[in-house]
Amino acid sequence: MATQQIRGVAPDLLERYEPVIGLEVHAQLKTASKIFCACSTRFGDPPNTNVCPVCLGLPGTLPVLNRRALELAIRASLALHCNVQESSRFARKNYFYPDLPKGYQISMYELPLATGGWLEIEFNGARPDKTGTSKRIGITRLHLEEDAAKAMHEGFPDSDRNSYIDYNRCGVPLIEIVSEPDLRSPAEAYAYLTTLKQVLEYTEVSDCNMEEGSLRCDANVSVRRRGAEKFGTKTEVKNLNSFRYLQHALEYEIERHIGVLESGGQIEQETRLWNLGAGRTEPMRSKEYAHDYRYFPEPDLLPVRVSAAWKAEIERAMPELPGAKRARFIHDYGITPYDAGVLADTRALADYFEAVVRAGAPAKTAANWIQTELLRRLKDAGKEISESPVAPAALADLLKLVESGQITAASGKKVFAKMFETGQPAQAIIAAEGVSQISDAGEIERLCREVIAANPDNVAKYRAGNEGVFKFFVGQVIRATRGQANPQLVNDTLKRLLG
Amino acid sequence: MKITREDVLHVAELAHLELTESEVETYRRQLDSILTYVEKLNELDTVQVEPMAQVLASADPAENISLREDVPRVCEVTREVLSGAPDPSPPYFRVPKVIER
Repeated sequence: MATQQIRGVAPDLLERYEPVIGLEVHAQLKTASKIFCACSTRFGDPPNTNVCPVCLGLPGTLPVLNRRALELAIRASLALHCNVQESSRFARKNYFYPDLPKGYQISMYELPLATGGWLEIEFNGARPDKTGTSKRIGITRLHLEEDAAKAMHEGFPDSDRNSYIDYNRCGVPLIEIVSEPDLRSPAEAYAYLTTLKQVLEYTEVSDCNMEEGSLRCDANVSVRRRGAEKFGTKTEVKNLNSFRYLQHALEYEIERHIGVLESGGQIEQETRLWNLGAGRTEPMRSKEYAHDYRYFPEPDLLPVRVSAAWKAEIERAMPELPGAKRARFIHDYGITPYDAGVLADTRALADYFEAVVRAGAPAKTAANWIQTELLRRLKDAGKEISESPVAPAALADLLKLVESGQITAASGKKVFAKMFETGQPAQAIIAAEGVSQISDAGEIERLCREVIAANPDNVAKYRAGNEGVFKFFVGQVIRATRGQANPQLVNDTLKRLLG
Repeated sequence: MKITREDVLHVAELAHLELTESEVETYRRQLDSILTYVEKLNELDTVQVEPMAQVLASADPAENISLREDVPRVCEVTREVLSGAPDPSPPYFRVPKVIER
């Protein structure tokens, strides 16, 4: 396999060192209530309004698992081809920090919900090393856990002495998805996170909103001599909460590892934070991060049982996944892998495309118009596909008119612009503005030139003074457009060209 | 004796506790005596016994009888709980900064 380029790292070094990356991704499950109590999970509510004795860790309370959270975690596990364990168990992860009022986080440890899955990442023709188009990344485990509260250390008058805590997020359901160390470049890590996000969105497990913190990512990074079996010493990089940070932080960290090794040093196993402002990773203060969680089985919750019947039911209700949809689009509609990738990017867009095709538009035309006309205008208007002023059936009607030659593609685009602007159907716009006649000056000029070029004899006659021959030219152009050309425009254009 | 002075200091650090010299020795002795007592259990042969974390574990293996439905409910305890907190700054809980040591 050819070496993938990494920004900031000299190619000759990359020929000798191979990066090894594994990602730990936390995704917030799309539930209405928290994982172990009935408090709302809504983002952005006033501080400490979605709290109760359970999530505040008051004495005498007991957690009760949210059925929906478990169901979504199982759905995610199945979408990632994991083995969902018949029996799994919650565990207490003990640490003392004010974001965790109980003094422990309820997580899973030695018996996670699901293990041994994989996710296929595709490169959409853009894979940096141009080798192959896909790669299977192993998933080590997937487990359920509760989120911690939000601690604010800055922005208050006494922030030098005190921290402020909002417990609304405490107890929000998360899944943690741990990949195998199968990723070999920042680009692969990026592709993995993108694909994972897409799967979680498709399956409606999580809304994956990185700004709101519902998708978070940590990375384990090491480098080793190419050809070596043994992994190098790894560091864990935290705080990679956007796709861009992920790539930058990985590039930085890989370069740092190679630099340390090249100068004869050793990598220290540690946890580092991505410092966005400084553009580098920095070691966390070791006291802040003592790795001694003293896990033990959570006595307040029963083991989680997942029956074969329930698993089968969740499997049956599973929506078509992005990879399968792309493959089907390519096969059934004959569109390119690139187009399929764009159109299957979200379920909403894929559904829109299929609705246009179902309403009678040719698939390739629909694919083109959606990508060029619709997506561009949506982007300019800052709208989502679900807010498109042009419904799928309306777009299909327009495309049928273009396809049958009743209007040209050029006028079709003008009609589409009006449809997008006004929300009116194509026929109404054409009737009102007469654009079913070809009044595209460029198109008419092209046709006129063709007719003139094809009839040199009549051109000579006309120029010799035979005015009657002019009608012949007009007739030819009108015929070429099956009567759709605007006659006045044809007259003017021919007069000008025949001069 | 099972518990050393270092054990006590390590646990205290994880719990962000600062202990005086005499407290270290007090807790060391107390923890040691508790563990020595619990150690009696090691006299039993438990090789054949499966570890049990919950007494209800085998109540109904087929069904998750203990799940709740995903229905949010408002619980208006904030004011009351905040009033019981040592140093509230409504609407926030306020705590001393976790000090770097």
